Amino acid sequence: MSRANGDATMPTFSKSAPHPKERRIILANAEDPDFDGTLEAYEGRGGYGELKKAFGMTPEDVCKEVLDSGVRGRGGAGFPAGMKWKFLDRRSGKPVYLICNADESEPGTFKDRQIIHKDPHQLIEGMMITAFAIQAKQAYIYIREEMPYGARILDEAIEAARAKGYVGDNILGSDYSCDLVVHRGAAAYICGEETGLIESLEGKRAYPRIKPPYFPAALGLYMCPTIVNNVETLCNVKHIVAMGGGEFAKIGTTGNTGTRIWCLSGHVQKPGYFELECGKATYGELINDLGGGLLPGRKLQAVIPGGSSAKVLRAGERFTGKLRSGEAFDWGIDDIPLDFDSPMAAGSMSGSGAVIVVDDSVNIVEVLANINAFYAHESCGQCTPCREGSLWMKKITGRMVSGGARREDAALLASIGDQIAGRTICAHGEACAWPTQSFVAKFRDEFEAAAERNPDEWKNREFRLV
Amino acid sequence: MSEGQEDKRIPIFVDDEEVKVDPGTNLIEAVAQAGKEVPHYCYHPKLSVVGNCRMCLVEMGMPGRDRATGEPMLNDDGSPKILWVPKPVIACATNAAPGMHVRTESPLVKECREGVMEFLLVNHPLDCPICDQAGECRLQEFATDYGRGYSRFIEQKNVKPKRTRLGPRVMLDDERCILCSRCIRFCEEVAEDPVLGFTDRGSYTTLTAFPGKELANNYSLNTVDICPVGALTSTDFRFKMRVWFLKETDSIDTESSVGCNTVVGSREGKIYRITPRRNDHVNDTWMPDSGRALYKEVEAENRLAAYSIEGRPCGPDEAMSLAATLLKGHRVAIVGSGRLSVEEQYLLRRVREAIGGGPPTFLVGRTGEGDGKLLSADRNPNTRGAILTGLIDELPKEDLHDLAHLIAEGGVDTLLVAGEDLTMAGVTRDQLKRVQIVYMGTHHNDTSSVAKVEIPALTVFEKSGTFVNQQFRVQKFAQAVPGPKGVLFGLSNFTRLLDTLGGGKRIAPSPANVWAEMSGDVPEFADLRFEDIPRTGSVVDDARFAHLPFPEGPGFHFNPKRAETIAGA
Repeated sequence: MSRANGDATMPTFSKSAPHPKERRIILANAEDPDFDGTLEAYEGRGGYGELKKAFGMTPEDVCKEVLDSGVRGRGGAGFPAGMKWKFLDRRSGKPVYLICNADESEPGTFKDRQIIHKDPHQLIEGMMITAFAIQAKQAYIYIREEMPYGARILDEAIEAARAKGYVGDNILGSDYSCDLVVHRGAAAYICGEETGLIESLEGKRAYPRIKPPYFPAALGLYMCPTIVNNVETLCNVKHIVAMGGGEFAKIGTTGNTGTRIWCLSGHVQKPGYFELECGKATYGELINDLGGGLLPGRKLQAVIPGGSSAKVLRAGERFTGKLRSGEAFDWGIDDIPLDFDSPMAAGSMSGSGAVIVVDDSVNIVEVLANINAFYAHESCGQCTPCREGSLWMKKITGRMVSGGARREDAALLASIGDQIAGRTICAHGEACAWPTQSFVAKFRDEFEAAAERNPDEWKNREFRLV
Repeated sequence: MSEGQEDKRIPIFVDDEEVKVDPGTNLIEAVAQAGKEVPHYCYHPKLSVVGNCRMCLVEMGMPGRDRATGEPMLNDDGSPKILWVPKPVIACATNAAPGMHVRTESPLVKECREGVMEFLLVNHPLDCPICDQAGECRLQEFATDYGRGYSRFIEQKNVKPKRTRLGPRVMLDDERCILCSRCIRFCEEVAEDPVLGFTDRGSYTTLTAFPGKELANNYSLNTVDICPVGALTSTDFRFKMRVWFLKETDSIDTESSVGCNTVVGSREGKIYRITPRRNDHVNDTWMPDSGRALYKEVEAENRLAAYSIEGRPCGPDEAMSLAATLLKGHRVAIVGSGRLSVEEQYLLRRVREAIGGGPPTFLVGRTGEGDGKLLSADRNPNTRGAILTGLIDELPKEDLHDLAHLIAEGGVDTLLVAGEDLTMAGVTRDQLKRVQIVYMGTHHNDTSSVAKVEIPALTVFEKSGTFVNQQFRVQKFAQAVPGPKGVLFGLSNFTRLLDTLGGGKRIAPSPANVWAEMSGDVPEFADLRFEDIPRTGSVVDDARFAHLPFPEGPGFHFNPKRAETIAGA
């Protein structure tokens, strides 16, 4: 592979030693300094063994293992992957497609690229097992345009795997054939929405489809049944086959199985990505322990627990309620377990696993202005509330941080957010509304104080976001 | 629903009121059947559903069923328990299901509509005073219903191009566009000429024609009709007239045998535009661009507006009596037209009978290539009328060579021409000069210039009557504007000529009276009264003419099966 051959145009990707609290399954090879990601290295570590194992099973059995494993989608929604596969419309007789969603673009998320850059064959193996399990006719990796190296690495890896009979015609000598193609996106956040991705893959504008009726499992790519899974989810399939669904389910906690790669960014000493067993560590440990804590002399202001679209958690906030198990909880931010359900119980979500830490060095209105600028820029413009609302919110927060804040802006922002969430074609409506709704609700005082602030105090006065 | 047929309709409940609808009806149509309106922009009954405007959000619920037992869940009072979907749903993409409950007036629904309205207006320019759409603008209408009345928006509005030429007949104002994509879908799905698309993203999205393409197909102006706002305007109608001043008159497109239903918009005797009128049996809600320009013939420079004898203006009586003299007792040939109304064709037949001697009668056939849509191969709007009324027995030929022969042989003294220019159909001016011509027509042409008697006629916009389209559907059109000053109204030219010739019983010159006359004469019209013909037309039996090889191919709502079997036989 070219990297091993010292291709000068390909950067080297830094690797990190595991923190004692980490449990590396997905990243086990990827982060190993001695592992160069080539097919030889991958095979040397037993790679494609699970593909062979899966081909010794029936597709239905593979599906069952995945269902038993309880593995949930790592892209953001956290929907059980096995369940998703079950919804596949097999009666239509149409070909089935598999798509790997490698359009990782939620701000704060940088996990999938580690896998793609450092261990592409793990993804390919996971995909081919999945393709076999759902009997896909053709598989695609939809990779975002901003990952040119990833696309090259995957292309080369697929060629190598094809030469060995892991991809393409008559995989492993069987009569099952499935080709795998890398498709580069067109640099839009909305292409990460699965129906938007499908439209984009079909060569159209990435306008998400209305659901119903266009559920991908029934009417997906080219109106055929389609499964769209995240990179990390597909990699997990390999490990589920390796250890068996039941065994996999023992990792993590009930309903939150397996490991997750958390991407920590923002005002911490050591930002990075950490693979942790679900539910076995807390946000506090991630920030203070694995992340090395806040910068000296700073105080925590807020944490965005799952990508910039997740609802913000304010420092000092208490989260109380009852878990699904009936157990009562009373958490501060630090106490929230790192899994799928706990951040949801705290009123937010784990989303794509991107934890963004905000300390007291910034004004919270500026944070929201930044987030709003992103979502307004990325709104596809198909449906009215998101298209007009996101830009309006961006204009308001942009005006606020350039010295034009009014006291009534907080209420106006909240009202705009309420008019978007739940009324759009796709989840981008929520993605753009939730930050505004939560920031304004939880930092109402800061937003109202912005009106009284001396205009010169704004750090980014030139950062007028119109 | 006719009796004896099983009622397959399903009950749904719109604001607790039961209404029965066909299965698969979407909620916008279903609610309409309950007599209520769900406001919408992007939804169009004849286009695919995209659900992007979000104006039609309603609350929807289904009667609950116990998962374990399958029994219906009941409230304490025994009524079925409705499980409401937590989020509002778009009515356009939700199909009615048995027992479905819909709320169209709840506080949440109202709030949703107000929210969408506010969003649509934040970047919408305040162009209404100069906007052609004002008065028929959905945005104005729903802003009245669901607008806030004041604006909370104090930021800068987006600036976009105000006049982009999309094609020869369509102009785009991007600021007004609400990105409903109706025009894009129309071009793809109906016109089958996909040239429109969006560029850029989010609120900066703009409608555009693809590079190197323009919106030039013959259906392009339908995009202007379906544009719910004033983004797409017709270059012809733009800035000409406020729509609320327009008088709307039902009419028929005369450019082919499809007979698209139209509305003529006129003010103070002047026509400003022609737009399609919905008729699901004929043209859905569309019409070709070419048919919209036909009103220009009304005020054309070569319009024939006065009775004359050898170029000398005269009164109608004088013209009629000379015409009768020329026709009576001479060897006559008659040229009728497939553009005359059914009534005119019938009266022309009566004129022929009054002349006596069975003069040969010709019709000028016009065929072109059918476009498979709303322009059929037969470019006469009323060939079938001529056949039904007995004016002709066979399909007309493209040319009048037979007539030319007849003239060349000296077999014709007088030629009665109604609505055609014979020089365009293979008869030379020299040949025409050998006979006396009585010309009835709307415009001056090479035939009228050599005519002995000129009788000015009315265009389709200046009279009422009927045409019979390719489906043998009798369709009515009404008078939109008065005819030129001095021209006899309605069917008077024909009835007066008939009287002058001594055609027996007098017929009053209105379509209703002619129809009363025809019902005893034309078997297909026996049970039909003019007054009873509905706006969507009335199909008559075509069995008598099944053997005729009509030239039309398949088009919208027309499949010439009978013609196929004849051709195959």
